Amino acid sequence: MADLTLRRALPADRERVLRWLQEYGVYLGVALLLLVNIAFTPHFLSAENFRTQAVQVAPVVIVALGMALAIGSEGVDLSVGSVMALSTSLVALYMGYGPWIALIVAVVGGAAVGLVNGSLIAFIGVQPIVATLALMVGARGLALVLLPQLEDIRDPGMATLGSGEFAGVPYVVLIAAALALVVAFVVRRTTFGRQLLAIGDSRPAAKLAGLPVRRVLIVVYVVCGVLAAVAGFLATARLSASDPTSLGNLMELSAITAVVVGGTPLTGGRVRIGGTVAGAVLIQLLTATLIKHDLEPSWTQIAQAVVIILAVYAARERGKR
Amino acid sequence: MTVVKDETPADRLAAYDAAEPAGSGRGERLSALAQQHGALVALVAIAAVASLSFDSFATTGNIENMAVSSAFLAIVALGMTFVIVTGGIDLSVGSVFVLGGVLAAWGSRHGTVVALLLPLAVCGLIGLVNGLLIARLRLAPFIVTLAAMLGARGVMLSVTDEGADTYLVAEGSLFADLGQGKLLGIGVPVWITAALFVAGGILLRRTRFGQHVYAVGGNEDAAALMGAPVARTKTLVYTLNGLLAGFAGALNAAWLDSGVTILGYGMELEAIAAVVIGGTLLSGGMGFVGGSLVGVLLLKVIQNVINQIGSLDSAYQQVVSGGFLVVVVIAQTWLARRRRVP
Amino acid sequence: MAAANEPPERHGPDGPGGPARPAGPPPADARDVRDGGPGDAVPGARDREADDGVRIGKDVRIGKDGRAGEDGRDGAEQRPAVLSVRGLTKRFPGVLALDGVDFTARAGEVHALVGENGAGKSTLIKVLTGVYRPDEGELSYRGEPASFATPLAAQQAGISTIYQEVNLIPLMSVARNLLLGREPRRRGGLIDFGRMHRESERMLLDYGVRVDVRRPLAELGVGAQQMVALARAVSAAGRTDVVVMDEPTSSLEPREVETLFGVIGRLRADGVAVVYVSHRLDELYAVCDAVTVLRDGRLVHTGPLAGLDRLRLVSLMLGREMGEVRAEGLTKFTGDHGTGEEPVLRAEGLTRRHELHDVSLEVRPGEVVGLGGLLGSGRTETAKAIAGALPLGAGRVTVAGAPVRTGSTPAAIRAGISLLPEDRKSEGIVPGLSVRENIALAALPRMSRYGLVSEARIDAVVETFVSRLRIKAASPHQKVGELSGGNQQKVLLARWLAMQPKVLLLDEPTRGIDVGAKAEVQKLVDELAEDGLGVLLISSDVEELIEGSDRVVVLRDGAVVGELTGDDVTEDRLMEAIAAAAEPGTAPAPAPGAAGAKAAGHG
Repeated sequence: MADLTLRRALPADRERVLRWLQEYGVYLGVALLLLVNIAFTPHFLSAENFRTQAVQVAPVVIVALGMALAIGSEGVDLSVGSVMALSTSLVALYMGYGPWIALIVAVVGGAAVGLVNGSLIAFIGVQPIVATLALMVGARGLALVLLPQLEDIRDPGMATLGSGEFAGVPYVVLIAAALALVVAFVVRRTTFGRQLLAIGDSRPAAKLAGLPVRRVLIVVYVVCGVLAAVAGFLATARLSASDPTSLGNLMELSAITAVVVGGTPLTGGRVRIGGTVAGAVLIQLLTATLIKHDLEPSWTQIAQAVVIILAVYAARERGKR
Repeated sequence: MTVVKDETPADRLAAYDAAEPAGSGRGERLSALAQQHGALVALVAIAAVASLSFDSFATTGNIENMAVSSAFLAIVALGMTFVIVTGGIDLSVGSVFVLGGVLAAWGSRHGTVVALLLPLAVCGLIGLVNGLLIARLRLAPFIVTLAAMLGARGVMLSVTDEGADTYLVAEGSLFADLGQGKLLGIGVPVWITAALFVAGGILLRRTRFGQHVYAVGGNEDAAALMGAPVARTKTLVYTLNGLLAGFAGALNAAWLDSGVTILGYGMELEAIAAVVIGGTLLSGGMGFVGGSLVGVLLLKVIQNVINQIGSLDSAYQQVVSGGFLVVVVIAQTWLARRRRVP
Repeated sequence: MAAANEPPERHGPDGPGGPARPAGPPPADARDVRDGGPGDAVPGARDREADDGVRIGKDVRIGKDGRAGEDGRDGAEQRPAVLSVRGLTKRFPGVLALDGVDFTARAGEVHALVGENGAGKSTLIKVLTGVYRPDEGELSYRGEPASFATPLAAQQAGISTIYQEVNLIPLMSVARNLLLGREPRRRGGLIDFGRMHRESERMLLDYGVRVDVRRPLAELGVGAQQMVALARAVSAAGRTDVVVMDEPTSSLEPREVETLFGVIGRLRADGVAVVYVSHRLDELYAVCDAVTVLRDGRLVHTGPLAGLDRLRLVSLMLGREMGEVRAEGLTKFTGDHGTGEEPVLRAEGLTRRHELHDVSLEVRPGEVVGLGGLLGSGRTETAKAIAGALPLGAGRVTVAGAPVRTGSTPAAIRAGISLLPEDRKSEGIVPGLSVRENIALAALPRMSRYGLVSEARIDAVVETFVSRLRIKAASPHQKVGELSGGNQQKVLLARWLAMQPKVLLLDEPTRGIDVGAKAEVQKLVDELAEDGLGVLLISSDVEELIEGSDRVVVLRDGAVVGELTGDDVTEDRLMEAIAAAAEPGTAPAPAPGAAGAKAAGHG
C-alpha cells in the first residue's frame, strides 16, 4: 500500500509522504513486522518470545535515550559503547563492596567520560563526532586496562536483577521503560529539556536568548554517559559476567540507528523518545524476524544498513526548513 | 584615508607589504609546527627511548615485524587521509578491509588476477556507493559509512557462511608471495605500502585532483565557485578509500595465508586516529599522507613498547592513543580558531 | 620591482594636473536644500571635504580624467553596454525581491549599485552572476541574450565576482588558490610548482601585492586576500568583461582600500565594466562613474554619479524627499517621551576592531533613542555589543548605574537588556518550537521550580502576551516557523517583554512584516516607552526612525558622527548627518567595518 502511494505521488507530494514516513514510519514498521510475524512465524505470540525480545532490546533503548538527547542538541556521542565497557569493568572491580557501590562507581565513571566529552564540545568547540571519537578509543582502552579479561560476577543481587522479573516483566525491561519515561518527562517538562531543544534547533537564537548553552551541552553528554553506564551495569547483571572486550561493541551504531530510524533528524532540535524506543524495537524485530525465517544474521546487518539509509534520506528532506 | 601627496607607488607598496603578516604570531607558528610534526617528534623520541631501554626493540626482527604489521593499517590510513582532507569521514573501512581479505582468499583459487581484482571491484563499489550517497544526496558521511560498515560486514558474513568458512590462500601462488615474499630482505607488503604512499603523496600534492581534494575540504562553497568538481571529487575520494581498504585487506590475507573473518573491528578508529595524530585536520582542508604514515608508525611503536614492557596490558595502547587524540584535537581546534578558519 | 610599480604608473602621467572633480561642483538645487538646514554650519567645509574624498582615489580619478570629456551624460551613452538586464523580476516565497529592474553595465565604467536593506542589490548581483535565475526579464551580455546556469558559468563567460567575504580556500597556499584548476603542469600531468609560484607572484605584483605565495592564504591580511580573489577571478576567465564587487572594502585597512582603488582604475582603463556595491559614500564618489539606486526591489534612479550630490543620493536611497511635507501620523508613533531622569542605559567607548570606534550613547527611561546611519554603519554591531553578543575590545555598559559585564549575553539579560535581533529567522526565533515555547524561552528559569517548568505560569504569560500583542497563531502550540513575519516578530517581543526588561534594543523591528503588523509593532514600542522602558531603535525606514525616536544618534563607519535632538529630529537633518563627509583630522579613521552589512545583506 505504502509502496503504491509513493509511486503515484507527485513530486510536490513526495515531500509530504517522506514527512509522514519520518514521523510515523517507525510505528508503521513495527506494526507491519508484528503482523507479519504473527501471521508467518510459529511460536511468535508467546510470552517467552516477547520477554526474550524485550530483554535484548532493553540496553539498546537505555543507551539510545542518551543518544537521542545528544542528537537533539545537534551532536552525537560515539563513546557510549566504550562507556558500557568501562562500566562493566568498574562493576567487576567494585563488586566486592556490593552492587550498589558498584553501580555508583560505574555511573560516576560514565559521568566523568561524559564530562570530558561535554567540556571538549562546549568549551573548546571540538566537533561532537571528533571529541567523542577520542573518548571512544580511550574509554575502551581504560576499561581493558582496569579489567584485562572476562570475569564472572557471582552476586545474588546481580543475578536477581539480571534474570528476575516482576509480574512477568523482567526487571531490566522495567528499568528501561522507567528510564524512557523519565527522559521523556525531562525533555517535555523541564527547563533543561526546553533549552536543549532550542539549542539544537537554532544555536544562535538560543545564545541571543541568553540560554546557558555550555551548561546544557555538558549536561547532555554527562546524561548520555550515565545512561550508557547504567546500560553497562544491567548488561553485566544479565550476563553474570564482566567482559570489557566485547560488551558495548557497536552499541553506538545500534543507538544511533534507533534514534535515526525513530524519526529524529540529525540536524537537531527534536527529541523523539517514543520514536527512539520504537526504532530500537523495530531493529530488534527485524533481526528476530530474519533469523526466525532462517535468513542468516549477515542479512540482518545488510537490512539494517538499508533501513538506516532510508531513514536518513527521509529525515533529510525534512531537514531543510 | 588621507594620502600624503608625494608618496610614490613604491612607497605605498612597501607600506602595504609591511602590514601584511596578519595573524602569524610566533605562538601560532609554534602550534602549527607542533600540530604538523608533533607526531614525528614523538615517534623519534619514543623509538629512541625504547631502543635504549629494551634490547629487543631495535633488533632487525622486531623492526621488520613492526614494519609489516604497520603496512596494512598504513594503506587504510592513506585512503582515510584523502577522505578526511575533504572534510569527511569513513567508518566502513574496517568492514571493507575484512571483506577484501575474504574475497581475495576466496579468489586466489582462481589465480592471482582474480584474487586482486575481485576485492578491488567489490570494495571499490562499496566506496562508490558511499561517495554517491554523500556527494549526490548530501547525506551525512558518518551515518552513510556507518551503514556501509554494517552492510559490508554483512556481505562478508554471507560470503563466509556467517563467518564459519575461512578461505585459505592457494599455496605457493604468486598472490601468497605478495604477502609473504621478501625483496632485499624487506617484506613485499612494506615495499607495496611505500610505493602506495609515494603515489598517494604525489596524487595529493602534485595533481589537480589533489588540489581539488584540498579545496573541497577547505571551503566547499568556495571550491564550487572556483570551478572545482566538488561532487566528483568526493565520490572519487570515497571510491579510492574503498579500493585501498579492500586492497589492504587482500594483502593482509596474502600475508596471513587466509581470509580471516574476525579482523577489522575498530580498524576505522585506528586509521582515523593515525591520520589525525599525523597532523591532518579533522575538519578538512589540511593534511598530508606522510603524517598519516608517521601516525600509524607511532601507534604501532607505542603498542610494541607496551608489549615490551610486558607487565602492561596491551590495552594501554588504546588509552595512550585516545589521550593523544584528545591533545591533538584540542590543538587543532585552537589552531583553527586562531586562524579564523570556519 | 618594475612590475610592482606598473599598475599605479599606468594612470600616473596625467596625475597632478587633472581637475580633482571632473563634474565640477554639485548642482545648485541640492546646495539649496543643504543651506536651508539650520544645523548646517559651514557648507563650504563640506565641499573641501568632498575634495578630500576625491583625493583618496587620486590615481583612479586621474585614470578617468583621461576621458573626462566622456564623463558627462553623453559620454556614458557612448560607452558600449556589456551586461544589461531589462524588466528583471525575481520572486521568493512571499517576497518580490526585484520588480522590473533595468540595469546596464558599460565597458570602462565603474557603476555603483546602492540601496538600503531589502532594496534588492544582492538579488540583482546574484542574477547577474548566475546564482539565481530571473523569473521575468532579459539578460543580455556582449550584445546577445544570455543566461547563466551557475556562478561558474558566468565566471567562465567573463563575469567575475568579488564578495565581501573572501571566497577562497583559507588553508591552501596563495599560489594554489590563484591557480586552482589551472595549475601549470609538466609533461606527465604533475603540477610544476616552480612555474606556478613564479606565475602567481607575477600576477599578484600586477595587483600591488607582494607576498610569499607559498604561505597559506589565511595568513594574509583581508585586503591582500581580496586582491588574490580579484587576480584569480580576472585571470580565470579567458577575457574578463565585467567585475562585480560586493562591498569589497568592508573589512579593509585604508591603505588596502587604496590599492583596491588603484586596481579598479586599471580595470576601467582596460575597458572592463565594474559593478561596485558599497555603502560608503566617500568611496562611491572616489571611484564610480555611474550609479543605480534600488529601493524595495525597484529601480529608483540610474545615471552618472557626477551630477548627483551626496544629499540627493542619500535621499534616493532612503526613499525620502528632502523637505517633503507630510501629514502627521503616517506611522503609529505619537509624541515624545523624553524625561529628565538619569539614563537607564549608558554605553561608553564601545570599540571593536574594524566595526566600532568609541561609540557612546545614553538612553533614559521612557525614551526612544534612534540609531541612524546607513547599512553597515555599525548600528547592528552597537546593539549587539550592548546586548553582550559581540566581544568588545574596549567599552563599558551600565544599566541604571550598575556596570554590566560585556561580551556575555546572559549577563546583559540579567541586567535587564533585551535585544530583538535584526536577523529574525536565524538569530531570533527557534523555528521548530511552538509559539508558547518560544515566548517562554528566555524566561524559562523564572517560570520553573526546581527545574520543572510550570505550565500554568507559562500559560498565563503566553495568554497575556498573545492577546496583548494580538499574536495570530492557530494555537499557542503552532510552530513559530510557520507564522508570518509580523507574528514571529511579536512572538519575539513577547519573549523579551516576559523578561520585564529595563532596556529594549530593537534592530529593524518592522522589516519584512506586513503593514498592519508594522503599525501594531510601532504602536507597541510607543506604549512600552510610555511605560518607562528605555528603547534603542534601529531602522532603515527613515520615517519610522524619525517619528519613533525622541533623539537620534547618527553612526557612520562605526563611529558616532552626530546626534539629533528636539526639533532637529527630522528626516532632512538625519540625511544631512549621514551624507556629511568625514572631517579630516577629527573623525576617526574610516572604519572599514560592516559585519552588520553581512548579516543584513540578504534583504
